[in-house]
Amino acid sequence: MGGVSKYLCEAVDVEPHALTDFDKEVDALRAILGMKRVMTVDELRRGIEAIPEADYHRLSYYRRWIRSITDTLLRKGVITEAELRAALDRV
Amino acid sequence: MMAVARANMNILEADSDKLLAAVRDLLAAKGLVSNAELSERIAITDAANPGQGARMVAKAWTDPTYRALMLEDGTRAAEELGIPMRGAPPLGVLENAPDVHNLVVCTLCSCYPRAVLGYPPFWFKSAAYRARAVRDPRGLLAEWGTVLPPGVKIRIVDSTADYRWMVLPLRPAGTEGWSEAQLAAIVREGDMIGVTIPVAPAH
Amino acid sequence: MVEFAPGVPVRVKDDWPETRGPVHIRTPHYLRGLRGTVVRRLGEYPNPEDLAFARPAARRALYHVAFDQPAVWHEGQAGDELLVEIYEHWLEPA
Repeated sequence: MGGVSKYLCEAVDVEPHALTDFDKEVDALRAILGMKRVMTVDELRRGIEAIPEADYHRLSYYRRWIRSITDTLLRKGVITEAELRAALDRV
Repeated sequence: MMAVARANMNILEADSDKLLAAVRDLLAAKGLVSNAELSERIAITDAANPGQGARMVAKAWTDPTYRALMLEDGTRAAEELGIPMRGAPPLGVLENAPDVHNLVVCTLCSCYPRAVLGYPPFWFKSAAYRARAVRDPRGLLAEWGTVLPPGVKIRIVDSTADYRWMVLPLRPAGTEGWSEAQLAAIVREGDMIGVTIPVAPAH
Repeated sequence: MVEFAPGVPVRVKDDWPETRGPVHIRTPHYLRGLRGTVVRRLGEYPNPEDLAFARPAARRALYHVAFDQPAVWHEGQAGDELLVEIYEHWLEPA
């Protein structure tokens, strides 16, 4: 992202933005998964970098995180796709 | 039809709130992450705030030994003030000088000295900040109305790896004889990242 | 691995592993192939390029390297600098 021309004329929103409950839960989830050695921050970053560009910019910061966390947990077999589909149907 | 359509949809494109809820449920059922642990972690993270970094800065301004420690080993300096650092990445501190102003960024993601400053602000994580900091730092500082005096060079610190960086700003004029608490009260989050400079309120 | 002392001029490898497959690289694009000066050795840490894929990660030396900022972009104010953490395997003597 450093020096990328597309953003050089973009204003910075310097206002404080309060974190939502969703944001804090995703943040906490990542921290706990890290402390329990289920996944590292490096895996989180890789997962975010793998998000297709259009989705990357459409998703808010912590929405990228939950997508990456889910991707990583699936890849590592911590959860299976079948389990996740069933869980999604229940929420 | 619906079942086939559902199966073909990339599961990662599911609604974020649903993904979070589903992942939480699965991890709880597997005994990996409980709701109680999540609540506890949120409470701990909420407790970290820029006031912690401000206390470090205020002490460094008044105590040369602490200042030296802070620059040598930021993690130990934070711990000396009771700031929990176990499990946190190593903390590096860069001091401003009359001719050098430090500005911290993470162009690759959003690495931030969370243990001493709390959650990173929205602007620090933005594409505009990450793109402009390394290329147009003075234009970026102008977004906060920050103008550096002539002759001051900028050192842009891109947090690309294991360290987390914070800035030790210059102590402003007009604060002679102030207590640590008074000094800490004028040090803001932006001062410790480098987008603003601390000032003593005029009386 | 080669050790770099403070003050030694180095070049960031002009390598683009991103073109060869899925990777996770912590050396910014804007520095690839550029010259800088080692400021200090920051320590040794497990290679994030491997951690990112849950592979066993060897510890690698991490350096703080300073770059002349206007030289990177061909614009900017003389004297401004960039200070960036770079892993040893991305550096070669300049």
